[in-house]
Amino acid sequence: MTAPVPFSPVLAGAASPNAPAPATPKSVPHRGGAVNPSVDALVQKFGTAVRRVDVVWGETTVVVDVPRIADVVQWLHDDPGQRYDFLADVTAVEFRDVEQPIEVVWHIRSLPYRRFLRLKVLLEKGAALAVPSVWSIHKSADWLERECFDMFGIKFEGHPDLRRILMWEQYREGFPLRKDFPLRGRFSRSEQLRQALAANPEARYSMEELNIAQAYEDLPDEMRRRLSRGEKTGE
Amino acid sequence: MATTKRTVEVELSTSGLDPQGRPARVPLVTDESGNVMTLEAPPGLEPELTGEHMLINIGPQHPATHGVLRLVLELDGETVVRCIPHIGYLHCGFEKIGEYRQYNQIIPWTDREDYLNSPGNNVAFALGAERLFGIEITERCTVLRVITCELSRIMSHLVWLGTTCIDIGAFTPFLWAFYQREAIYKLLEDWVGARLTTTITRVGGMAADVPDGWVDQLKHFVLTFPKTLGEIDRVVTRNGIWVGRTIGLGVMSPEEAVNYGLSGPMLRASGVAYDLRKDFPYLDYETYDFDVPIGTNGDVYDRFLVRMEEMRQSIRILEQAIARLPDGPVNIDDHRVVLPPKSKATSDMESMIHHFKQVMEGPRPPIGESYVAVESPKGEKGYYMVSDGTSKPVRWRIRPPSFVNLSAIPKMVEGHLLSDVIAINASIDIVMGEIDR
Repeated sequence: MTAPVPFSPVLAGAASPNAPAPATPKSVPHRGGAVNPSVDALVQKFGTAVRRVDVVWGETTVVVDVPRIADVVQWLHDDPGQRYDFLADVTAVEFRDVEQPIEVVWHIRSLPYRRFLRLKVLLEKGAALAVPSVWSIHKSADWLERECFDMFGIKFEGHPDLRRILMWEQYREGFPLRKDFPLRGRFSRSEQLRQALAANPEARYSMEELNIAQAYEDLPDEMRRRLSRGEKTGE
Repeated sequence: MATTKRTVEVELSTSGLDPQGRPARVPLVTDESGNVMTLEAPPGLEPELTGEHMLINIGPQHPATHGVLRLVLELDGETVVRCIPHIGYLHCGFEKIGEYRQYNQIIPWTDREDYLNSPGNNVAFALGAERLFGIEITERCTVLRVITCELSRIMSHLVWLGTTCIDIGAFTPFLWAFYQREAIYKLLEDWVGARLTTTITRVGGMAADVPDGWVDQLKHFVLTFPKTLGEIDRVVTRNGIWVGRTIGLGVMSPEEAVNYGLSGPMLRASGVAYDLRKDFPYLDYETYDFDVPIGTNGDVYDRFLVRMEEMRQSIRILEQAIARLPDGPVNIDDHRVVLPPKSKATSDMESMIHHFKQVMEGPRPPIGESYVAVESPKGEKGYYMVSDGTSKPVRWRIRPPSFVNLSAIPKMVEGHLLSDVIAINASIDIVMGEIDR
C-alpha cells in the first residue's frame, strides 16, 4: 500500500470556469469524434505505455499496459491539470471470440473539469488474470474490484480484502460472467440444490474475520491506525 | 466475616417494599445472624467491561435493512466498532442474462433491478442503447422521457421518505408519501398499463404515446403534490425527534464522499455540487431551469433535506416539460430499429419483413461500446454496453449507485450507536435489487 494520497478537495462550485458549458451530445459520430483533452498529456507523460487511443461514440478509450494502470490512475487523480477524482466503475469484458483478450475497464470522471475517460487493459487468455488494484487511490474501487473478481476471476493485486461479494464464499462453480460459464450454471439444478442445502451458512464467514482482535493484523493500515487511536470515524 | 448474598423477590402487585419496608428486588447481603449489611462493592469486584465486544447480526431478513442486506456489527457496549456488510442474497445474474437477450428484451430486466425507479432505468437503458445504435430520438420523445425520469425520481424519493420515517419512528408521513406515490402509479398505469414493471421505453422511442387527457392528469398531480410535500415538511423537518435522530450521523466530508464514489443525494449532501443532469447532461436537461440542492454537513439530516428539495425541483422540471411538450411522432422513423405499426404488418409487405426481421433477429448495432450514465434518484446509474455487431450485447454492465454508496457504510457507522445504524442505513437509500442484480 502506498502513502495516503494527497487530495485536493472538490467543493461546491469548484468546477473550472474555463470549461465549456456542458450540453447534451448531439449527432455523435461512430468513430473519430473529439478526443478527450487529457489524452495528449497522458501520452506525453507515459509514452509507449499508452498503447492505443480510440474514440467511439464520442467516448475516449485509452488502452494502457497492464503494469502501468495504477500509475496512470494515480497520475490522472493527482495532476492538477487532470484531477480525475471520481472512479465511476470497474468492470471487465470478455468477448465471444475466444482469441480476443479479456478487457478490464475503468470509467473515471474529472468532476472539476467535467471530463469522462475510459481506461482499459488487455489481458491475454491463458496468462494469469491479474491487474494492479487502484484501491489505495480510489476507495470506491473496494467493492467494484471485488465484484469484478467474483464475476470474472480477475485478481486485483494490492486489494486488501479480495474475496467473493455477490456469490458465497464456498461457491465452486467458477466465475459466472465468463463466456465459458453456461447460463444455467455448471451443475444440474438438483446438484445445485443439493449443494445449497448441504452448505453450512455459519461457515460462510470465518470467526477470524469477525473477531477483531485476531483479524487485527490483516486489517488495512488506515483502519488499524484509526482503531489504535481509538478514533471514531464519521465524526 | 463470611457473608451470603441473596435476592429478595416480591410479588409485582406489592409496592416494591419487603415486610421490613426495605426496597425489594435488590441483592441483600446479610451476615450469619441475618442482619442486613450496607451494600458496598469491594474494589475489583466490578467485572472488566471494556474490551468485551459483542457481535450483532442484523438481517438479511429485517425490515430496517430495506431488503436482504446483512450487517454484522461488532459492538463495544452500544457503540459500533466494526461493521461488515454482506450482500448477494438477491443475486439473479441480470448482466449474464442480458448477454443472451436482444436490446429491447433487456428493458424488462431494467425494471427489476432498481424496482423503485423502473421508468428511470428504462430511459437510462434506452439512452445507452441508442448511443450504441447511433440514433437521435424525436423531440416529443425527449420531453416525455424527461417527464418519466422526474416522475420516477419523485416516486423513488417518496418511498425513501416513507420508509425512513418508519425507521426513525414516524408513521404518518409514510401514509402521505405512499398516497402520492400511488397517484404516480396511476399515471403510469394509464400510460403503459403497468405500475411497477413499466418497460416504458423502446430503443428509438417509447412503448406508447401518452393517452388523451393524460397531460391534464399530470398537471393535476403537479398542482396537488407540493401541498403534501409541504405537509410532510412541516411535520418532519423541524421535529425534535427527527432532528435529534439524524443530525451529525454518518458524516462524510466532501473529499471522502468523492473518493468513496458516492453519487446522487449522498454526494450532494456532503457539499459537492455534482449532478449528471448539469455536469454531463442528457435529454436536453441543460435547457431546463432547476437548481441542484447541496448540503453542508454531509450527515443524515442533510441527505433528507437534499432529497426533499430535489422533489420540489422535479416538480419545477415537470412544469417546464409540460409547457414545452411538442406534438409529433414519438418513435423515430427507422423501421430497422422500431417496429412499424401492427396494422401495416398485415397489409404491407415491407412492414411485414421489418416485423419478422426485428422479432426474429433483432436490430443490430455497429461494433462499439457506450457508457451512458443518468442521474437516478440514488445516484449515477450507468449502463455500459459492448456490441460485437450482433443483435445481443457482448457485455451489459449496470453501474449501480446504491452498490457503491453502500460500500461506504462501514466508514459511516463505525463509532456510532447501534440505533444510529438504522438511520444511517436508511439515509443511503439502498435498493437490494440493484445492489445484488
